[in-house]
Amino acid sequence: MVETGHFALVLAFALSLVQMVVPLFGARLNNQRLMAVGGPVAVTGFALTALSFAALASAYASSDFSVASVWENSHSLQPLIYKITGTWGNHEGSMLLWVLILTFFGALVAAFGSNLPATLRANVLAVQGGIGAAFFLFILVTSNPFIRLNPAPIEGRDLNPILQDLGLAIHPPFLYLGYVGFSICFSFSVAALIEGRIDASWARWVRPWTLVAWMFLTGGIAMGSYWAYYELGWGGFWFWDPVENASFMPWLAGTALLHSAIVMEKRSALKIWTLLLAILTFSLSLLGTFLVRSGVLTSVHAFATDPTRGVFILCILTLFIGGSLALFALRASRLTTGGLFHPISREGALVLNNLFLTTATATVLVGTLYPLAVEAFSADKISVGAPFFNLTFGPLMVPLLLVVPFGPLLAWKRGDVFAVAQRLMVAFAAALLATLVTALFIDGASVFAALGVGLAVWLILGALTDLAVKSGVGNVAAGIMVRRLLGLPRSVFGTAFAHLGLGLTTLGIVGTLCFGTEKILSMHAGETVELSGHTLRFVGLYPAQGPNYSEDRGRFELIGVSGSPVGEISSAKRFYPVRQMTTTESGIRTIGFSQLYISLGDEGKDGSVVVRLWWKPLVTLIWGGGLMMMAGAAMSLMDRRLRVGAPSRRRKQASAVPSAGLP
Amino acid sequence: MTRKQKRLSVIAGGLVFLGAATGLTFYALGQKASYFYMPADLTTASVQPGQRIRLGGLVEKGTIQRGQGATVGFSVSDTHKSVKVTYTGILPDLFREEQGVITEGTFGPDGVFVADSVLAKHDERYMPKEVADGLKAKGVWQESKSE
Repeated sequence: MVETGHFALVLAFALSLVQMVVPLFGARLNNQRLMAVGGPVAVTGFALTALSFAALASAYASSDFSVASVWENSHSLQPLIYKITGTWGNHEGSMLLWVLILTFFGALVAAFGSNLPATLRANVLAVQGGIGAAFFLFILVTSNPFIRLNPAPIEGRDLNPILQDLGLAIHPPFLYLGYVGFSICFSFSVAALIEGRIDASWARWVRPWTLVAWMFLTGGIAMGSYWAYYELGWGGFWFWDPVENASFMPWLAGTALLHSAIVMEKRSALKIWTLLLAILTFSLSLLGTFLVRSGVLTSVHAFATDPTRGVFILCILTLFIGGSLALFALRASRLTTGGLFHPISREGALVLNNLFLTTATATVLVGTLYPLAVEAFSADKISVGAPFFNLTFGPLMVPLLLVVPFGPLLAWKRGDVFAVAQRLMVAFAAALLATLVTALFIDGASVFAALGVGLAVWLILGALTDLAVKSGVGNVAAGIMVRRLLGLPRSVFGTAFAHLGLGLTTLGIVGTLCFGTEKILSMHAGETVELSGHTLRFVGLYPAQGPNYSEDRGRFELIGVSGSPVGEISSAKRFYPVRQMTTTESGIRTIGFSQLYISLGDEGKDGSVVVRLWWKPLVTLIWGGGLMMMAGAAMSLMDRRLRVGAPSRRRKQASAVPSAGLP
Repeated sequence: MTRKQKRLSVIAGGLVFLGAATGLTFYALGQKASYFYMPADLTTASVQPGQRIRLGGLVEKGTIQRGQGATVGFSVSDTHKSVKVTYTGILPDLFREEQGVITEGTFGPDGVFVADSVLAKHDERYMPKEVADGLKAKGVWQESKSE
């Protein structure tokens, strides 16, 4: 089975070369038969990669320690679920997952792209094949997951304990679906550059693919953030760690792309900019892969450290980013620019969004790469952390968030900012009220905290105002209003949901950072501690045995108003003997949208234990907002214009009147 | 305004915005980036009390002192020189004697480094990169230690 997987991988590499070369020449020579090769090859390539991945997963599931990668990252006593998720919990396996998703998207283009112009389809598949070929080669040369060990060891070295967690089971696949999903936008852009023209079908394809990729990337980042929050035991939800930034940069650029693609689709303006943004977004995904996989940055998450891999990915990076940008420089002037618009208009608002988001992306990029540059050109070693990002990223985000509610309410082409401001009066008054109430009635609220709460309320109500205005609240009878609301295009709901999610995340961040409390103390069994109105009693430490670890579990009782316990929270120190590693399992209790968070420290000589407690108000909204954004993206994808497999009659209509029926 | 003037003013506005962002970024890099030092570097580098730096090295054997409550004292060494560090909080799970750590914080007036964060290596094969490089440069690194 393992050899079958290995063979399938080599075959998939060969097919990706075919996919890269044959359709490209077909498109050049305008040879239908050569172009038609791309589709079946892409589908077969995906099937082979899937077979290869399944072979590796089954080696992991059955603890086949004759495979080096399994031996290094698995253990026979591990629960089955972590044996399987361990497949991508390591460098080799995660790269295989990367190409699996890449070929999956290629196969989707082949399967659903029958309505695309033949040359565009051929070129897209060729570019996709090229990316695939580079990464297949990378895997086969530097990170082959199928290398055997002889003699086979009896027992494995266990998966890194902090990765033995359900959050990690879902986080990488989501993240990669996002990262690699942007490859489609990239391939479409490069294909358009190769052809030297952007046609209507290009515009219609890029937006849904951006939405899909963005949706998964949002989910992946939110899950990764929650995983770090509860698994690392530090109680932080974002560390501005290079590896986190690596996923955040494509997200920011992807968010900009999502918005500029709307302008392109509806008004056929900003074509060249959107194309460039699509290239940049995927380039940042590649850069992210490089940063994480090469171990070039010191990072709490860097699990892979191997210079040959780093150099290889750097070559891939240079080839694709440099190549696509050079192509852009050569060809972009040939592309026609689209419609004109007034600065105060929906288009103008979206341009402003792009300006802020791309600048924010650039500051994150500078902050992430600056330490590398300093180290390369001088002997100094520096680190750029939260203080830098708070000073640069923060001031860029606040004005952007302030104008978010205006965008969806402005009309296309020429908007009336005063009319929109009038409609937003209620939201503005409520935000002002929230600011004042926070400042006056909540103890210890700083000016920033109050303004932060106001901003979040402004975003949330701004998103709801959009729906209210478009369904005609106040102007029409309730029955008609409901009917209008339900009749609104799904994409209007998508926008409102995503912006609402942004408001929720902002509220969660402000709540946690400004109103959170924390205590570090050493406790004996039986002692109680009070934190922000919650009383906790330390019951004691209890040893326990897990399948591949032993633990000391510290049990705490949450004492209610009456003085009797109303719930239990427990945090543990786990010891994994195979790797000689200790991990902290944090104890979390959710109360409303807030959480009590307990992390256990070292045991003292007198039997006391160091305990760190946090009260994190509204913290769950940070990730809840992320889910809401995902829901928004899903909602937009369900918009009838984008429905996959919609009858071609509708498509013809849509191409004839691109912005028909939409505000 | 003509179309050209309009377009130019939009572009100018954008450039002013980008310029401001660039300025802010470089200002922040100058102010907020923290330098990494090993204990021996501190004799040559001038680090003011209160200046935020990252201090890395190995946790010296026999120096870990658990004081009252959650405050811990230990020494960080690069085998040439060592520096006393205090930290209040929960040490990372992988914090041990003779293991690489990176601490971040400021020097107090008494010359003791007050750390507000301590990072230890994250698994058995991973040593904080700066610490490994620093030890290599000082000639005390043995490759076998990295495995």
